[in-house]
Amino acid sequence: MPALTRKEVEEIALLARLHLEPEELDRMEHELGAILEHFAAIGSVDTSDVPAMTHAVPMDLRLRSDVVAPSLSPAVALAGTPRRDGDLIVVPSSIAPPDRTGSGSGS
Amino acid sequence: MSSPGALSSEFWSVADTARRVAAGEVTATQITEAMLARIEAVDDALGAYLAVDAAGARAAAAEVDRQRAANAALGPLAGVPIALKDVLVTRGLATTAGSKILEGWIPPYDAHVVEKLRAAGAIIVGKVNCDEFAMGSSTENSAYQPTRNPWDPSCVPGGSSGGSAAAVAAGLCAASLGTDTGGSIRQPAAFCGVVGVKPTYGRVSRWGVVAFASSLDQVGPLTRSVADAALILETIAGFDPRDSTSLDQPVPRFTDALTGEVRGLRIGLAQEYFEAMDDAIRAAITRTANALVERGAALVDLSLPHTKLALPAYYLVAPAEASSNLARFDGVRYGHRPPATDLLEMYGRTRGQGFGPEVKRRIMLGTYALRSGYYDAFYKKAQQVRTLIKRDFDRAFHHCDVLLTPTTPTPAFRFGAKATPVDMYQADVFTLSCNLAGLPGISVPCGLTPEGLPIGAQLLGRPLDEATLLRAGAVIEAAVGLGDRRPTGIGGPA
Repeated sequence: MPALTRKEVEEIALLARLHLEPEELDRMEHELGAILEHFAAIGSVDTSDVPAMTHAVPMDLRLRSDVVAPSLSPAVALAGTPRRDGDLIVVPSSIAPPDRTGSGSGS
Repeated sequence: MSSPGALSSEFWSVADTARRVAAGEVTATQITEAMLARIEAVDDALGAYLAVDAAGARAAAAEVDRQRAANAALGPLAGVPIALKDVLVTRGLATTAGSKILEGWIPPYDAHVVEKLRAAGAIIVGKVNCDEFAMGSSTENSAYQPTRNPWDPSCVPGGSSGGSAAAVAAGLCAASLGTDTGGSIRQPAAFCGVVGVKPTYGRVSRWGVVAFASSLDQVGPLTRSVADAALILETIAGFDPRDSTSLDQPVPRFTDALTGEVRGLRIGLAQEYFEAMDDAIRAAITRTANALVERGAALVDLSLPHTKLALPAYYLVAPAEASSNLARFDGVRYGHRPPATDLLEMYGRTRGQGFGPEVKRRIMLGTYALRSGYYDAFYKKAQQVRTLIKRDFDRAFHHCDVLLTPTTPTPAFRFGAKATPVDMYQADVFTLSCNLAGLPGISVPCGLTPEGLPIGAQLLGRPLDEATLLRAGAVIEAAVGLGDRRPTGIGGPA
């Protein structure tokens, strides 16, 4: 397992939706590289005929009956929400706000 | 330190407490007040509790006393004060998982195991400290406070269920529930001189447990005796349709399994578990094995050849599952949310500010292992190695009934002693395989080091055979356990 580059660490942080400060990225580059190097032994094990484990203890995943059952009310379920509007959770926009000056391209 | 309350009930067993309450020798309210007073007096030094629910405990105790006054049938844990690791969600009582990202969150429901305890009459006295999201082996990764080892306050209590183990050892609860993903019940139990049981995967419902690694996590008891562990386990175990991996299997009365007999029991000693450890631990485990032989058990030497791969397999599987499970902590529905101009920034800042260093490290490691193009080389490979480890155990259990190993290679270490993440990960080297293979395991105190720190003996068993582990564990406890010795650092006798 190769050591990680700074660019890889930044890519992984973005994938993980984790904002890391520059000193955290420095530390992560060093520490993750050391961890992966330490665990490199696993790569040399011949597992060509070995099935990947799905459950440690034999079990069949089952389906529940599709029946209505008591559950939390919206007010209770949403009580810990950082910001809401009635029963809706409010979050910042996921795309840039629309240009309201009229200079943008219309359709 | 003696109890500051009117009773000296702090070290009563679980069964004895419930019996005395049922017999009317003492009220649940008296037990609860004594325990609350003791926590108030002792926990500043120990640091086990993140939250004490005095009002909730008093209300639950009053209900037990009301039921008794009305001659209603009492549950098997009526009046027993129990502390919960803070990864178990509790209705109306803050649950942090030891993380700042959940600070102030009040769950709207109880975990399945909490429902079970309440139904049995237990008094939930509070939530105890742990490594953040149960990731760690010393409780040093808690975002809130250090918890000290009651036997030596300069040492850690182990982790991640360090608050549970310390509180039980110091008499700040009668029992505690912890979770064990790679040793997080057994290792702190060993460090603090208490009993810890990691049940078979699927034996205890994970519903309402803040998830770390879903294919490895199990809830189990930490107690001052094997009999107490048996009683708590038979209370919390059993099928729960809300957990898709819950096993629909009958739960034995584990307390009936404690016959005191090990005649004819075949005890496996795997050479890979005796290669590197402190001399005092090797001597204690040898003494334990000899004690079992003197009582009629037979020792069987065997090999679990893939043991050395457990650590790398675990540290690929567990972070991979953690990176997926912890994706839910994004600032949208609960917990910490800093100001941000767009959604991506909100996710990144919420998680960047809310998670501590070890959690970030594992999320990064897991994200790396699951990345497109890397999955086969890391996650799939680790799951294949899990199969090899499981096969080792399957073969071993043709020749023995239980395996005896040390729980840890060293006794409790000092704060800050583990300089790198890899150094810390080695603390779990004897406990990880059990989780990877889904087996039940128990740690039982089996002596003290010359410095006076507890040593744990670990027994591993066949799936669903907790009864044999408890039976053999009780024999170890009687033969080489700590007896009436209490912690000498914090919470011990005056």
